Amino acid sequence: MRTESMTEMPSRGYGAVIWRIIKSFGLLRESWVGIIGASIVLFWVLVAIFAPLIAHFDPNAAIMPFAKPGTVSPTGETFWLGTDHMGRDILARIVWGSRTVLTFGPLATLSAYTVGILMGLMAGYRGGLVDDILSRISDIILSFPVLVLYIIVIATIGASGINIVIAITFASSPGIMRIVRGLVLDLRNRDYVAAAQTRGESDWRIMLFEILPNARGPLIVDACLRLGYVIITIGVLGFLGLGLPPPDPDWGGMVNETRQMAMVFPHMTLFPCIAISSLILGFNLLADGLREISLRD
Amino acid sequence: MVLLIFKRIGFMIFTMIVVSIILFILLETGLTGDPATRVLGNYSSEAQREMWRDQHGYNKPIVVRYAMWLGNFATGDLGTSIRYKGPVKDVLLPRLWSTTVLGFWVFAIMIPLSLTLGVLSGMKEGSLLDRSISVFGILTTSVPEFASAVFFSALFVFGLKWLPGTSSMANGFEFKQLLLPAMVLVVYDFGYVARMTRASMAEVMTSQYVRSAVLKGLPYRQVIIRHALRNALIAPFTVIMLQINWLLSGVIVVEFFFAYKGFGALLLEASLNNDIALLEACAMIAVVVAVGSQTLADIGYTFLNPRIRFT
Repeated sequence: MRTESMTEMPSRGYGAVIWRIIKSFGLLRESWVGIIGASIVLFWVLVAIFAPLIAHFDPNAAIMPFAKPGTVSPTGETFWLGTDHMGRDILARIVWGSRTVLTFGPLATLSAYTVGILMGLMAGYRGGLVDDILSRISDIILSFPVLVLYIIVIATIGASGINIVIAITFASSPGIMRIVRGLVLDLRNRDYVAAAQTRGESDWRIMLFEILPNARGPLIVDACLRLGYVIITIGVLGFLGLGLPPPDPDWGGMVNETRQMAMVFPHMTLFPCIAISSLILGFNLLADGLREISLRD
Repeated sequence: MVLLIFKRIGFMIFTMIVVSIILFILLETGLTGDPATRVLGNYSSEAQREMWRDQHGYNKPIVVRYAMWLGNFATGDLGTSIRYKGPVKDVLLPRLWSTTVLGFWVFAIMIPLSLTLGVLSGMKEGSLLDRSISVFGILTTSVPEFASAVFFSALFVFGLKWLPGTSSMANGFEFKQLLLPAMVLVVYDFGYVARMTRASMAEVMTSQYVRSAVLKGLPYRQVIIRHALRNALIAPFTVIMLQINWLLSGVIVVEFFFAYKGFGALLLEASLNNDIALLEACAMIAVVVAVGSQTLADIGYTFLNPRIRFT
């Protein structure tokens, strides 16, 4: 009887969570801002998934330098967005670049959230010395100007995709920890937590299955905003030459490589900028819509 | 309250010491790569590296080195820049001044703009004006600085030909060259400050004392100016002070883009060239400015907020 309820409870819990997530996206129809945001994000996700079908050219192949948008290539295909100074198709680079952004952005956010949530749960639920130490550490990290922190971390460990994820986790998990800690302080005195404690559930079980699911609302909104911010960071690092090593396409890096030629060939810089701005806008609008809905009920 | 101020200042000093230890460990010890190799390059011989380590005291015990390093910092000896072949201080000071000038203009434009927009939209929550300001704010904060720099250059430099595309100040200081970098920074940041002001204003507008001021028949203008604004502007003060921290990040991108010879560009240059002494000095200054402004924000907040001041 006992084992049966143990195996049944979590699956019912997960089912309910998934169903609620679907329902909350259905709720988006109440906020047109949220719908626009979700559509932009969905658009880029589809672009990233179907990258090989959308882009005719190899993103790293030098074909025809300095072609303006709409030029026809020697093989009879069109460079819809032109080519860059090395003759690479800009459309292909933007399309494949969306994979880079949509891989490392969510990966870095997820990793920052994992660390931040664990730290926040410990600090908020355990309190005392653990809380003091974790809070001091996060205060110190948060007092750094973010980009300075990224530059120092990347200057010492080198520029690569995984190192960007590490740097972002290091710099943003303290902020997440603060939010989670605040939510936990509010939730830990609720009756269902007391009930779980009386049942003799372990601390981690209470933190992860009783408290965390009830703190999800503000965290989902924050995750959307933070994802947008992480994408800005990835773009800025690429722009400063601290992002992914060339030649693989990366929107920020594309702007950096071609900005000296922007006067004669504005298309080289304009299109990647539009791409990254629209994706971030999508996440920010989505976050705004979700917040509007969560405030309503 | 005096206790609170001392606590804040104590924490500030503590933070700076911890930061200096982190910087020391990251940049001066072998943990993330040999400093001698970093300075002399990959093609230096082991004998050369050993000589360099000996000359620069890298063979002493780590605690002694940290104490000496911190002592040098405290007495104003920031070391020698490898790239500029001279004392770090001589390179750093003019750069800091340029960034201060840029930062001054950013704040001079951003504060009135964001406070006005925030108060206007917070006065009537949910009005058409409020919603358009909020959507406009989301739009501008979604565009990274380098992208808005590209858009502005395309419009004002290449399209309308009103403004110069670089801000290197090659022929002395020119205000015209400062406009684009300042605009980019303002556009990225004002949305956030406006949103914070709006939240604060909206909260004040629903308070009891504003309601009673309206009910007792005061003109609307007087309610806003005399009663609401005074309390609504306390929170934005902190937000604005904290923007100094953000500005230190923003200037790196903008100065790099417009070739403005400021502090942010110097920090980036130092990290790209492995100019360790310069990077350390820049990073320390950035943290001192950031933590200092946070402390000031906290102390200022306790002075401004009567609920804390009188307890």
